[in-house]
Amino acid sequence: MDFETVIGLEIHAQVKTESKIFCGCSTAFGSPPNTHTCPVCLGLPGVLPVLNKKVVDCAIKVGLATNAQIRATSQFARKNYFYPDLPKGYQTSQFDKPIIEHGFIDIETQGISRRIGITRIHMEEDAGKLIHDERDPHSFVDLNRTGTPLLEIVSEPDIRSPQEAAAYLKKIHAILRYLDVCDGNMQEGSFRCDANISLRPVGQQELGTRTELKNMNSFRNVQAALEYEQRRQRDLLLESEPVVQQTLLWNPDTGKTESMRGKEDAHDYRYFPCPDLVPVTLTEQWIEQIRVTLPELPDDRRRRFIEVYGLSDYDALLLTESRERADYFEAVVQRFRDAKKVANWVLTELLKEVKGGDIADCQVTPEMLAELLDLIESGAISGKIAKTILSEMLVNGTDAATIVKEKNLLQVSDEDELRLVIRSIIQDNPQQVAEFRGGKQKLLGYFVGQVMQQTKGKANPKLVNDLLTKELAG
Amino acid sequence: MEPYELTITQALSRLASRDLSSRELTQSCLERINAVEPTVSAFITHDADIALSQADEADRQRAAGSVGPLCGIPLSVKDLLCTKTFPTTCGSKMLAGFVPPYDATVVEMILRAGGVIVGKTTMDEFAMGSTSETCYYKVPANPWNLEYVAGGSSGGSAVSVAAGEVLASLGSDTGGSIRQPASLCGIVGMKPTYGRVSRYGLVAYASSLDQVGPLTRDVQDCAVMMQAISGHDRRDSTSVDRPVEDYSAACAAGMRGVRIGLPQEFFPEELDPEVRQVVMNGVAALRSAGAEIVDVSLPHIDYGVAAYYIIAPAEASSNLARYDGVAYGYRDEQANSLIELYKNSRSAGFGAEVKRRILIGTYALSSGYYDAYYKKASQVRTLILDDFKNAWQSCDLLISPVTPTPAWRRGSKLDDPLAMYLSDIFTLSTNLAGLPGISVPGGLSEEGLPIGIQLQGPHFGESLLLRAAYNLEENLALDRAIMPRPTT
Repeated sequence: MDFETVIGLEIHAQVKTESKIFCGCSTAFGSPPNTHTCPVCLGLPGVLPVLNKKVVDCAIKVGLATNAQIRATSQFARKNYFYPDLPKGYQTSQFDKPIIEHGFIDIETQGISRRIGITRIHMEEDAGKLIHDERDPHSFVDLNRTGTPLLEIVSEPDIRSPQEAAAYLKKIHAILRYLDVCDGNMQEGSFRCDANISLRPVGQQELGTRTELKNMNSFRNVQAALEYEQRRQRDLLLESEPVVQQTLLWNPDTGKTESMRGKEDAHDYRYFPCPDLVPVTLTEQWIEQIRVTLPELPDDRRRRFIEVYGLSDYDALLLTESRERADYFEAVVQRFRDAKKVANWVLTELLKEVKGGDIADCQVTPEMLAELLDLIESGAISGKIAKTILSEMLVNGTDAATIVKEKNLLQVSDEDELRLVIRSIIQDNPQQVAEFRGGKQKLLGYFVGQVMQQTKGKANPKLVNDLLTKELAG
Repeated sequence: MEPYELTITQALSRLASRDLSSRELTQSCLERINAVEPTVSAFITHDADIALSQADEADRQRAAGSVGPLCGIPLSVKDLLCTKTFPTTCGSKMLAGFVPPYDATVVEMILRAGGVIVGKTTMDEFAMGSTSETCYYKVPANPWNLEYVAGGSSGGSAVSVAAGEVLASLGSDTGGSIRQPASLCGIVGMKPTYGRVSRYGLVAYASSLDQVGPLTRDVQDCAVMMQAISGHDRRDSTSVDRPVEDYSAACAAGMRGVRIGLPQEFFPEELDPEVRQVVMNGVAALRSAGAEIVDVSLPHIDYGVAAYYIIAPAEASSNLARYDGVAYGYRDEQANSLIELYKNSRSAGFGAEVKRRILIGTYALSSGYYDAYYKKASQVRTLILDDFKNAWQSCDLLISPVTPTPAWRRGSKLDDPLAMYLSDIFTLSTNLAGLPGISVPGGLSEEGLPIGIQLQGPHFGESLLLRAAYNLEENLALDRAIMPRPTT
């Protein structure tokens, strides 16, 4: 039997504001426990929340960027449950009147574009953190994170494969980063994702029983966890075993999902409108003020890269995946006009070296990369040498010209000098010369290699080829 | 006449003429507290040293010419308004000894106005009750007859004023908790329009209904206190940014041209005849002052009690979730697991009435019941608000009883929650509609217990309300007694 996979994602994105959503405390990460707290975020008796308008601005931005409807009047609601990281005993969130509804984004996997619906985006406060110590029977509560603003972005169950899930997640991540509303750091938890997944026989309308996956703190983990769960559910269904509705935790070490809790302790959150916060009323003017500040978004930028720079669809997609990467590319192109070469160098050499790190943090500035490309273009260095130079530039931030000078790496383009080298090689390798002249053309590579070895890679490769062909011809 | 018997207005004038110092006035109140507190139990905490040092500060300010509108006046504050200098217990074991790290906005305001806070008053636990008998610490007695209840939930506040321990008090009113004890203790109590006075630092019972207000010996004092506590507070999103009128000046005008509505639903057949008589005397007094009296109807008012006892407990069930034994408040130290910590701390920390309301509220918000209870109650609330809006088409204010009966004997309704809930029948619709209301002394029952008269007005109609209340007071010209009567 063939199955269709149905996936929906819930993303929690920490909003990049200076202060918390309902009080003036700092949202800075990594401070000593309970230092960014006040009576309001501690939930002391008698305190009241005051909405940080910047969070509303950010929600509007995301709504506009995801083709969504923005509610003229939205409302905060209380989600009631007990947990020590939740000092009020309820989370202030939105329920039946979220600020954003009915949006969508387009994603692409293997060249096929699909539209994924966004059910809703709402504003809420983050909870604190519990710190457990294996050797200590007590748990500790850190409320620094309590009240950090979050946007919860809920997709429709429109996603049909783990690959699509990863593409959707990356796209939302890119949009949030372009809008500068979230720093997108999955390790620190400022961009988190839970997934619901179920399988159903192809053609069936009704959804199968779903499981909820948590603890996936990278794009790779999200895809791997969904792939594992897809296999697990398929195996169960093929054996006519039931899929149990439950929350599962992804264990990246074992590569498996593990049961967290059964549905028996399903919560009744007793949502009701928060009486301490008046409804959020948005005017057209407010929304327009935000609309004019929107930057160029990933899809638009990608189209422009294809049209203006003549890049391939794939290169344009990779370059626009993050705002920093696209900005970097364009800054290099400002100084070095061959956009395709720039794309090549950024995507293959630079990204390989920064290894998934942030291109904005790398030691090589766009100006430095442009200078390196200029050196290749002018024939001063070979492309191969340039790659070694780049590695060095990345390590200590030295510019290319200095490295070339210090290490004496200028390309040898002096015909007489190269001819001398070539002649001595021909003299030292009579056997190979005879074979070459006998028709074994492949041996040209061998001679090139010899020349490069003797010149320590500095020989101008084109010139070497020309001279070798002439000299070997005898 | 002892200084503690003065009204705020009288005291301010004597303080201004240096005929009396705040220290002398405060000392007089403290002596009165020593004399009557053992029998009336108005305070959970009071502190003579704090009071006297504030009084001395007020005297210094007066000498330096910087005189706030309450400069040197001894006051009490209900024990659910947060104070840095006194524990704030909400009358609950849950918050025994809890000292907030901040002052409520209204507390800041009266301190800035020069007020002297003597202590924190007894109240029903977390303001849930109508007699202050659910207070964990002690139960205030009605100063007119110590066998009778003082009313609630701001019972201690009312008693502290009626018994001469302070000149005025701040209470809170969620369904009548200022107006009802004021009525039962023979003083003036006002519940302002929702949003007129900041709720920041008022420990929440039912957030959409709670409002802070004054309890005073006469209407002028009420105007002075209202002036001191009204205004927009950026820390309270539900407070309204709207200019505050001159309430004292408003009292001076007469009643000509004012239409007073007599809502038939507030005068049912079974209404206590003495209460009816007192209110009708008030009607006559206002008519003779020049007011026009019209009959009006509030057809949905009968559903008020039911709607109130769903909405208030629902909000309470959420508001009181924070008392979990984790960061502050009562904590069961023997608990072996998180669930046990929650269960044991809350079971031992809360009293029966609080638990009852948390249970009712939790039930009303549960999935499957939300539409039938909370949502329906919210719809009723809208209908009641519409009733009042319709009434304002034909009248400017409403006159009615405050309570169906005068004060009752202590303990007599404690085991009958429904009878207790019904005692709020005339007051709680004011809160459901977010309107201002005031209770003014109207007379005494044959047994010698006070009976109040309630006036209700449109949103932000405080000036008109105070003006009518002042006229009522002037025309009824009751003897303003401090009870129990000073023996000297």
